[in-house]
Amino acid sequence: MRTLCVATLFVLACMGAALAAESPDCAVAAHLVNAEYRLPRVAAAIAQAHNLDIVVIGAGSSTLIGPGGADLAYPARLQQILSKRLPDVKTKVVTNVKSRRSAAEMAETFEKILMEEKPALIIWQSGTVDAITGVDPEDYRATLDEGVETLHAGGADVVLMNQQYSPRTESMIAIQAYADNMRLVSQQREVPLLDRLAIMKHWSELGTFDLYAATRKVEMAARIHDCIAQLLADLIHDGVKLARAQPKAGQ
Amino acid sequence: MLNRRAQIRSAPDPSDPHPPIPPAAPAAPAAAPQRDLRLDLFRGIALWLIFLDHIPSNVVSWATIRNFGFSDAAEIFIFISGYTAAFVYGRAMRERGFIIAGARILKRAWQIYVAHMFLFVIYMAEIAYVSSSFENPLYHEEMGIFDFLKQPDVTLIQALLLKFKPVNMDVLPLYIVLLLGFPPALWLLLRQPTLALVSSAVLYALTWHFGWNLPAYPSGSWWFNPFAWQLLFVLGAWCALGGAERIGRFIRSPVVVGLAIVYLLFAFFIVMTWQFSALAAFVPRWLSDAMYPIDKINLDVLRIAHFLALAAITIRFIPRDWPGLQSAWLRPAILCGQHSLEIFCLGIFLSFAGHFVFNELSDAVVVQVLVSALGIALMWAAAALISWYKKIEGRSPGSRSKPPDADLAGGEA
Repeated sequence: MRTLCVATLFVLACMGAALAAESPDCAVAAHLVNAEYRLPRVAAAIAQAHNLDIVVIGAGSSTLIGPGGADLAYPARLQQILSKRLPDVKTKVVTNVKSRRSAAEMAETFEKILMEEKPALIIWQSGTVDAITGVDPEDYRATLDEGVETLHAGGADVVLMNQQYSPRTESMIAIQAYADNMRLVSQQREVPLLDRLAIMKHWSELGTFDLYAATRKVEMAARIHDCIAQLLADLIHDGVKLARAQPKAGQ
Repeated sequence: MLNRRAQIRSAPDPSDPHPPIPPAAPAAPAAAPQRDLRLDLFRGIALWLIFLDHIPSNVVSWATIRNFGFSDAAEIFIFISGYTAAFVYGRAMRERGFIIAGARILKRAWQIYVAHMFLFVIYMAEIAYVSSSFENPLYHEEMGIFDFLKQPDVTLIQALLLKFKPVNMDVLPLYIVLLLGFPPALWLLLRQPTLALVSSAVLYALTWHFGWNLPAYPSGSWWFNPFAWQLLFVLGAWCALGGAERIGRFIRSPVVVGLAIVYLLFAFFIVMTWQFSALAAFVPRWLSDAMYPIDKINLDVLRIAHFLALAAITIRFIPRDWPGLQSAWLRPAILCGQHSLEIFCLGIFLSFAGHFVFNELSDAVVVQVLVSALGIALMWAAAALISWYKKIEGRSPGSRSKPPDADLAGGEA
């Protein structure tokens, strides 16, 4: 009952607000987005080439199903937001997204993607499928670690993205070990992490979004993807700023 | 090890550190003063912590020990289970031989297997319910968990083989495997305790070196690697069979207690850096490279050390005859610890039920606290009920000749 009411309210609320402008709701989680690490290749691409090619590599939670879903999902939204924020840079976000794909399966496509797209930035979302199928968390960590190394060697910066917070399935999918391992790789390889899990949990606790809601409608999902895209743009912005401030550190 | 301190403090009966418990003695804590109630107490507390930790996003679980150090309730549970298993079946093996004791151990493993399958059915009911009642385009990827329902034949068979183990249902399969391997381990522990302990440590080291583990379904391996976790179980058994006396003086020495305190503080600081990322800057790179990842699956050395430090402090400051053990306040935990298999299963069920309440009613903080408190109260009530059953059954004619059941020595699972 509660979920039904909330869902209805959301639908009404979303009709006007969705996708209009950058939503202030998202900002309540802004403190959870910390770019501690630099994005030097992105900074160089913007400064020198005025050209920013990004590839999003992920599984089902990097897109939305249904007609027009891909346009509402965060990769498409990210392209729009970045184009607006960086008007004199030609921004392109390509997706390599397929449902039910583990991190290891994604890593197999890296060489090809690096060759074909030559992106300055790869956004790598993973973890849910690995948790569902019970991939050994240590193997998962090794996959991430080697994957980041491959991408760096191929000339791309990396942003890692962890799982969604999904309260209904929380007691069925043990995601924490995978999220912890991703954080570890992020720290050891010094790549920024978009902690989607913590961000969405924070929204759920504050009541920004009702993540328990059972609905077939795509409105709330679209708003959440929009927010994720905004926070991702913030993270990229911070990483670039950091790279400009400390151009020599790291690579 | 846990009764180490007691033997020094009270030291009334050096000839027999584990006087036999009269079969007629009911499981009520006060009626059997010679049993080490600390084992029941800490296993009961471990069961509560496991329950609290298994409710996802439960605020109360912030208070559980895993947020203050490297080890968690699983270590306490497995160690004490090894201790009590050796205590009960060691006596049986000495008195009635390898075959009888081994048969009883296997019977216990079978009981635990049945209990595990019962919990599995509850889990399947839960995901079946959620899969039919919940839908949201946002969670398209997460819905992959329901694929298990599409292939019930494979899922059920893999579950019966203990290869498919849902979230939070890994402890009982570990315990089953530990008991299956326990008869020969116990045989050796009774004859060559030091050799048995060294063998266990060698198996642990080889497991780390070669990456041994049991396979899981649909991929990966066991979340509690039995080849690694056996070390804690055998260590508990070794302590129960006289090892505790041998290392007692060492454990109580000010140096060891001091080191334990320093290590616990160190672990506390490290764990705090996980919560407050600003603190992480104080952890030097070489240290974090050496420490991480702290591997729970293979029972990381840092976790063992943390558990041993906790045990050393406990033994130092809570003697076996500590009057608090008789107080009404600790009685609920002691009662729960005395019926550990039943209460463990109930705790897993209640954690599912608690999560269900969060989903269907509310996950407000006050609800989380209430659900946690109510769950512990139900565990206590169930333990009291089981004790009562044991008592009335113990009084029925003919039952006195039965061998003492495992729970009399502090339960099994």
